[in-house]
Amino acid sequence: MTQPVQIILAGVDPAEPDNWRLRNYLKRDGYVALKKIIANKIPPEAIIEEVKKSALRGRGGAGFPTGLKWSFMPRQYEGDKYLVCNSDEGEPGTFKDRDIMQYNPHILIEGMLIAAYAMGVKTGYNYVHGEIWKTYERMEEAVEEARQAGFLGNKILGSDFSFQLYNHHGYGAYICGEETALLESIEGKKGQPRFKPPFPASFGLYGKPTTINNTETFASVPWIIRHGGEKYLQLGRPNNGGTKIFSVSGHVNKPGNYEVPLGTPFAELLEMAGGMRGGRKLKGCIPGGSSMPVLPGDVMMKTDMDYDSIAKAGSMLGSGAVIIMDDTTCMVKALERLSYFYYEESCGQCTPCREGTGWLYRIVNRIEHGKGRPEDLDLLDNLADNIQGRTICALGDAAAMPVRAMLQHFRDEFAYHIEHKKCMV
Amino acid sequence: MLSAESLEKINREIAKYPADQKQSAVMSALAIAQDEKGWLATETMNFIAKYLEMPAIAVYEVATFYNMYNLKPLGKYKITVCTNLPCALSGGNVAADYLKQKLGIGFNETTADGLFTLKEGECMGACGDAPVLLVNNKRMCSFMSNDQIDQLLEELRK
Amino acid sequence: MINIEINGKQVTVPKGGTVMDGARQLGIYIPHFCYHKKLSIAANCRMCLVQVEKAPKPLPACATPATEGMKVFTHSQQAVTAQKGVMEFLLINHPLDCPICDQGGECQLQDLAVGYGTSESRYQEAKRVVVNKNLGPLISTDMTRCIHCTRCVRFGQEIAGIMELGQAGRGEHSEILAFVGQTVDSELSGNVIDLCPVGALVSKPFRYSARTWELSRRKSISPHCGLGSNLIVQIKQNRVMRVLPRENEEINECWLSDKDRFAYEGLNSDDRLTTPMIKRNGQWHTCDWQEALVFTVEGLKSVMEKHGASSVGALGSAHSTLEELFLLQKLVRMLGSGNIDHRVRQSDFRADDSLEGVPWLGMNIAEIEQLNSILIIGSTLRKDHPLLAHRFRQAVKKGAQLSIINPIDDDLLMRTAHRAIVAPADMVHMLAQVLKAVAETKSLEQVSAHIKQAITAVSITDVARAIAKSLTTNPSTAIFLGNLAQHHPQYADIHAIAHLIAKVTGANLGFLGEAANSVGAYLAGAIPGRGVLGSEIKSDQNGFQFNAARMLGHDANAGPACQAYILMNLELELDAYNPQQAMKSINDAEFVISLSTFKGSITSYADVVLPIAPFTETSGTFVSTEGRVQSFNGVVTPLGDTRPGWKVLRVLGNLLQLDGFDYETSEQIRAQVIPAEDAITRYLNNNLKDYQVNISSKKLDGLQRIGEVPIYQADTIVRRAGSLQLTRDAASPKAWMSTMMLEQLGAREGEIVRLRQGNGEAQLEVACDDGIPLNCIRIACAHPHTSSLGAMFGEVSVEKL
Ligand SMILES: Cc1cc2nc3c(=O)[nH]c(=O)nc-3n(C[C@H](O)[C@H](O)[C@H](O)COP(=O)(O)O)c2cc1C
Ligand code: SF4
Ligand code: FES
Repeated sequence: MTQPVQIILAGVDPAEPDNWRLRNYLKRDGYVALKKIIANKIPPEAIIEEVKKSALRGRGGAGFPTGLKWSFMPRQYEGDKYLVCNSDEGEPGTFKDRDIMQYNPHILIEGMLIAAYAMGVKTGYNYVHGEIWKTYERMEEAVEEARQAGFLGNKILGSDFSFQLYNHHGYGAYICGEETALLESIEGKKGQPRFKPPFPASFGLYGKPTTINNTETFASVPWIIRHGGEKYLQLGRPNNGGTKIFSVSGHVNKPGNYEVPLGTPFAELLEMAGGMRGGRKLKGCIPGGSSMPVLPGDVMMKTDMDYDSIAKAGSMLGSGAVIIMDDTTCMVKALERLSYFYYEESCGQCTPCREGTGWLYRIVNRIEHGKGRPEDLDLLDNLADNIQGRTICALGDAAAMPVRAMLQHFRDEFAYHIEHKKCMV
Repeated sequence: MLSAESLEKINREIAKYPADQKQSAVMSALAIAQDEKGWLATETMNFIAKYLEMPAIAVYEVATFYNMYNLKPLGKYKITVCTNLPCALSGGNVAADYLKQKLGIGFNETTADGLFTLKEGECMGACGDAPVLLVNNKRMCSFMSNDQIDQLLEELRK
Repeated sequence: MINIEINGKQVTVPKGGTVMDGARQLGIYIPHFCYHKKLSIAANCRMCLVQVEKAPKPLPACATPATEGMKVFTHSQQAVTAQKGVMEFLLINHPLDCPICDQGGECQLQDLAVGYGTSESRYQEAKRVVVNKNLGPLISTDMTRCIHCTRCVRFGQEIAGIMELGQAGRGEHSEILAFVGQTVDSELSGNVIDLCPVGALVSKPFRYSARTWELSRRKSISPHCGLGSNLIVQIKQNRVMRVLPRENEEINECWLSDKDRFAYEGLNSDDRLTTPMIKRNGQWHTCDWQEALVFTVEGLKSVMEKHGASSVGALGSAHSTLEELFLLQKLVRMLGSGNIDHRVRQSDFRADDSLEGVPWLGMNIAEIEQLNSILIIGSTLRKDHPLLAHRFRQAVKKGAQLSIINPIDDDLLMRTAHRAIVAPADMVHMLAQVLKAVAETKSLEQVSAHIKQAITAVSITDVARAIAKSLTTNPSTAIFLGNLAQHHPQYADIHAIAHLIAKVTGANLGFLGEAANSVGAYLAGAIPGRGVLGSEIKSDQNGFQFNAARMLGHDANAGPACQAYILMNLELELDAYNPQQAMKSINDAEFVISLSTFKGSITSYADVVLPIAPFTETSGTFVSTEGRVQSFNGVVTPLGDTRPGWKVLRVLGNLLQLDGFDYETSEQIRAQVIPAEDAITRYLNNNLKDYQVNISSKKLDGLQRIGEVPIYQADTIVRRAGSLQLTRDAASPKAWMSTMMLEQLGAREGEIVRLRQGNGEAQLEVACDDGIPLNCIRIACAHPHTSSLGAMFGEVSVEKL
């Protein structure tokens, strides 16, 4: 049985209200990585090299290699560059970034400091999901603590390195989790994603070179610097270095965040989460947040929790939100709720997403309410095809993939609904 | 138009951004104004537009794009329940139904006494704590069993 | 340069170019809605999806940068499937109400739906309905038809310089609208009608008046401002139904100002004259041409017999055609008078003898965008020259520094680097400061000792120094004189110093031409002392050579300067620099002939009214402010008994037995002014020779008027354009003053005051604008509510009621 490895959630104990504070973080080897960099004047390239070695992949959803992303930042660029942390955690099922910021905010600040140092950035923004106000206030307090202690600001720890960090809160728009929508939002606009290219590394916040990473991604960095990339890689699997926090929700006994090495078998994760509620059977699982394809229970039980294994099983690790559904779950109803979500959260700029998400939802809603037609299933499939890959950002894909996967794995249940105008379960 | 205290807060937000990027503070300015006034009236948005030197329609775009801004006066307490799938699997809908029944209103309605407005929310990033709800955007309440809901309503009614 | 291949054809696009650019070069059509060559790329409609080799999914041609060796397929299975998919989505919530939609027949969605849509919809759910918006008197909405391409929003942000429309809400609930309770008031707003690819934004004045396929399209040229916008005039049953831009990259691009677009309503106004009219024994009669012309000739002859030929004066509007202005000057000169002018709003003619040529823009319109530093002197820029303002805006966007010396501080909707907002009386002095500041780094070798002497006592303010620095440190600079400068009582000095600054800094000097023929009128010889193409006319040959100010300057002792006036396309109570004086002269004259398209209040002072055709009913020529000669034909036949002005003047010449009035066509007349092979540029010159500048600023005691011409009062046609008269720009004039001035006068914003100027008065509402210099009051002229007042830049007194 794999033991939980605590890298990011180390010392996190909601029962200890002061654990998040700087003095406690310092006791947990906090800011040691930063001090080491500054004391040894480690060259920025070496840090990026170390991150590359660790095989750390973005924890926000797309799993892009972090070291590689950092190396895209133009080094010689004169003028402002920005570092942005994506804490707009809005993907249904995901609630890990909230806990990082709530209980271990300084690990994020330290991670961003190291990133800023590595990329020569002087200003950073942390974009916090609008609904978690207490956590936003916690971040404000933590930033202030770090500033007071000389970890943030000008000439950090007496070096030439300066970095200012500010928190920016969202106010209720899932799409702002998409990185360019998030940039627009910081600029004080609607969160409508930008067409890429140009990518943020060349044209980001205020049109300046910008790197964006997820909260958990940044939070993984101090450990990597303290212990070396190699060691981090070894925690997980090749190409899937380190630990990952899985937010387990749904029909389990102990929903919550579990930090485990990548490659941990799903079955073990399920056990950590207390097993199936009421001892019921696992019907299906969405292993990476609601945007990812659902997998049937038996497939899931044979899968390990890392990027490559889940991809092989037919889904994606995404943001690491594991939504557990037992055999009492009506898949039509489940899809209806998800489709409603994407319909409500589409930003409205691209035609297929603006018009298509509403259409998808209305059809599923009809089926759920006993007004389905036999041709609806093919229509749903075809519409999902017409949305996926045809939009500026991946929200279109996120709306289409659950539909396709549900139809792929649970088509009979949909057909039953249409035929009998009622639920199978 | 806004209290000195609110303006002070807005100024603090403006200071977070480059000098020529005042508009970046629009989201927080609207949130601060809403906290003071309860909702965003046309004059309030106009005021913020002038204050941040941006077109009024651009403020309006922002105010209507993000869910948590109130463009109409609401009850004293806006209760937003998450009913998204992960929450629904752990009682999100039960909590919503219970609230509807207790308050005698549906989603997007306000109780006759003007105390409560009920809203359906999307994922709040707290699915492990389901059922969850938000009171006036800022206070999150977790594990909201029917008993907990009773307690909350009682507390708010005081 | 990047080489790509589209549908097997090779094409080279510049670095940064897109697949769409390549396709356009090849003439390959890729369906699109949100893409517009003049707007930023939104890539939101997704209609232009094409297949790109090695790309896993179809890519939008409009936004995909061309990369070396890229292979693109616009009609492959993958591309067409994607395009059809998008088209289906576009149509599901579209009302498909083409039969009642004004856009029907010219709708991009309709056109493409035929090629990419299916006959039957798979969408069985309820359709979305979006409430319509009130965007003002010019744009009508049917927002359910909107496809969210955001062209209209981007137009405001990027071209008009003001974001009045936005997309509120999100997802399926997105709506295009203006801020709560607001309308779209930009002077360029009508362009969104053309930009809207569907029938969501349509012309309010045109709405439901014709189907597009019933209209015939004729080319024309705008008569309203100096730009010379190219027009398509659309006709149904000999009536102008609509005006659209005719694309000309060098002039108006694909845009039109609202004035150019909607002024046509004036052409169909009830105030049109349809028959000649004469006043016999104090009674007006309509009559036929024969009678009217004989009456005219007799009247003229009788005055000439009594007072001599030089008692005849002719004034023609610069909104008239080159041919009309040429014949008018020819007529009076052949009669033996030298009194001819078109500059009815000019007040200072001291530099006339020093002009080295015809004042013009000094460069091509399109070149404005390449300037690095610009100084504009005396201009209500956006309102006088909406599309030139757009060119300046583009220059500023590209980094040009814009400085202004102006008595008003209106928002130009572009960044201004330096602003010297001074009272009209201080403008010359401000320019002198700039000249002196320029001299700190540049040699004044070319400047006369007299000037050097004059500026020694001038002390330089910071803003003057900043403007000077901007002009001297940036290559490619220009100085422009706007309408306010040209109407200014010290116009000659302003011109002279601006010329010197330009000379010393190497800047280009230019004039923003007020009317369609501001340049053409000079070329036609419609000025005293100069004939065609500036040829000199000695004053002793014809006796007097009165300019407009002399002709209209009533002398209390001697009465009017002329006893007979021939007015062409003028309403002097609105068009003159000093309407009080002008009307006195006209009223005291023995015989007044008016060639006019509209009746207005002409019958209250004229003796004969000859109805002449507006630009849509005659052939003619306008020479634009950049010196471009543009001829046009009539697009409809003249209304009623109206006749083209040139024909009326020809017959008058014949009846007066003058030689050389036997023109058959307007082309023959034009050839007399502009010989075909002759480049007219050599007659265009903004320099002044031997003019003695006077920089001493006269200290005025009272309130100084700043009298600008409101955008929709500038010429006789636009005054009668019903919808434009409903816009905010056409609101009744107010008396604008600074807070300080209001306090001094004890007046409050919103209250009505009595204004006195000369022996006239008007009552206007007081309004506050802290951009107005001290001791100044901004009161529009050219408006019925203020026409009782005097000079555009005179002294005004304010009385509380
Ligand atoms: C619709 C949509 C929503 C997203 N939401 C989030 C989010 O809430 N948090 C996040 O970190 N990334 C989110 N992403 C992914 C980001 O665009 C981006 O890839 C990520 O922040 C990069 O950080 P990483 O490389 O550290 O993962 C979202 C993407 C899409 C298309
Ligand atoms: S109104 Fe017309 S131009 Fe504006 S977004 Fe809609 S379709 Fe496009
Ligand atoms: S024209 Fe390319 S996406 Fe609209």
